[in-house]
Amino acid sequence: MKACSACGAADGVVDLTHIEGGEVRTRHLCAKCAAEKGIQTPAGLSDSPLGGLLAALGAEPPSFAAASQPAVHCPGCGGTLQDFRDSGRLGCAQCYVAFEEPLKELMRRLHGSTHHTGKAYQGPGIPQPVAAPEPTHRLKERLRQAIEAERFELAAQLRDQLKERGEWT
Amino acid sequence: MDLSLVPDGGLGWLHASGPQSHLVLSTRIRLARNLADFRFGTRMGATDRQAILDRVIEAAAGTGSLASAATFRIDELEDWDRRLLLERHLISRELADEDDRGRPRNARALLLQDKAAVMVNEEDHLRLQVLGSGVDFGANWGLVEAVDTELGQRLAFAFHPQFGYLTSCPTNVGTGLRASVLIHLPGLVLTKEINKTLHGLTKIGLTYRGLYGEGSEVVGNFFQLSNQTTLGKGEKELLEQLGAIVQHVIQVEERARQVLLRDAPAVLEDKVWRAYGLLRYARALDFEETMNLLSGVRLGVSLKLLENVGMYALNKLLVFTQPAHLVAEAGGLLSDDEMAVRRADLVRRTLEDEVRRGQGL
Repeated sequence: MKACSACGAADGVVDLTHIEGGEVRTRHLCAKCAAEKGIQTPAGLSDSPLGGLLAALGAEPPSFAAASQPAVHCPGCGGTLQDFRDSGRLGCAQCYVAFEEPLKELMRRLHGSTHHTGKAYQGPGIPQPVAAPEPTHRLKERLRQAIEAERFELAAQLRDQLKERGEWT
Repeated sequence: MDLSLVPDGGLGWLHASGPQSHLVLSTRIRLARNLADFRFGTRMGATDRQAILDRVIEAAAGTGSLASAATFRIDELEDWDRRLLLERHLISRELADEDDRGRPRNARALLLQDKAAVMVNEEDHLRLQVLGSGVDFGANWGLVEAVDTELGQRLAFAFHPQFGYLTSCPTNVGTGLRASVLIHLPGLVLTKEINKTLHGLTKIGLTYRGLYGEGSEVVGNFFQLSNQTTLGKGEKELLEQLGAIVQHVIQVEERARQVLLRDAPAVLEDKVWRAYGLLRYARALDFEETMNLLSGVRLGVSLKLLENVGMYALNKLLVFTQPAHLVAEAGGLLSDDEMAVRRADLVRRTLEDEVRRGQGL
């Protein structure tokens, strides 16, 4: 049986998953100790699958995580949100789809965003996209602007590109 | 373990040849990647782990950046060899760790070629990393990105159009990028400004750790600073932000050093020379004491209070005075007392060599 990691009491102990130094960790605390540490643990909140996590994060429980709902299993690995809560690790790529809403809430709190804006992965065998060549009229316009701005190095590069296309005499 | 397979033993970052390497030992950039058609680490069996390793080795052989990589099977190494790789910062604690029965987890491996490395079957299936000397986000990013692109064309990575690269822990999702510098901040520690500085860093999305990353203590005034968030910003933006913050930390450290030189030069000089004296003549040194004394000497060299000691020698001592390196050098197990004697011996010989080198002998 789990005991409260702060006072050793065995009653009313809940798992609290929280973020510490950028890592997800789980602690076992009784309601009293949790409250002393400023962590909310209302009964309905801490019993719901993501409740402990969100409680530790100081959030209100979203409606989808109500305690009465049966546990959702990820079709990829069979894992549940409770498993994630216990281990701090997801079971497979499909967990991100199966638990999309609660995870989005977590991502917002961890990263301040739910959208990847970095490298776009193309997958194996697919060549990396090559940018379409810039239209000649656009190159000429940029050359004009570069000369006006006295950016001669850039201007020389643009001139060379135009030369290659036979557009510079 | 045959480290001769790797030309510089994976210690290129020791050379102190990178920008601002008197303050920043190394820059590391790592990318977390998982294969789309396997479960993540915690829900995966031994067969899957082996299959992943086989696929990664096959894919790496077809790349330019890892075609001639040396492969180290971490699960087949002795405990001390695993610790040696950890001490060289070539593998993480997670990869070196044993399971509940005290055995290394199967099919864990390190592929290493020059500055680029891939840890296989860590928390994520792949951890691609590049480790270089000094502060250098640009060049190191170029290297790790090339490894990522080449492997990504041969292996199907788990990727979600909205969430980006999918990772076992949501703290890494998105870019999967964690960049860190190992920085020496004795000035801020001595002026007692360090807590304020570190607290400020955590407010702007950075984390700090000790010499060996997560969960490790700060020794020798060495701090690892890294980005905390991985989602919502592009890789270059994350690196630019971290780079700007690191430059700021360097400035406040330099300023703290100037304050020490101005307000307490005698105290500072005494501290540096005492550290040097102890290292030069002690007959037994424990690890933590050595790290702290090396910190004092490093500060002295950096401020030109001490001559006849090079940064490369100091960097080498940071690595080679660690327990697994002393055991490897001795060729057998050592008691704590024997280790302390051997450590002092190595430090003394190295510093004597440096003096001779400085005198052109």
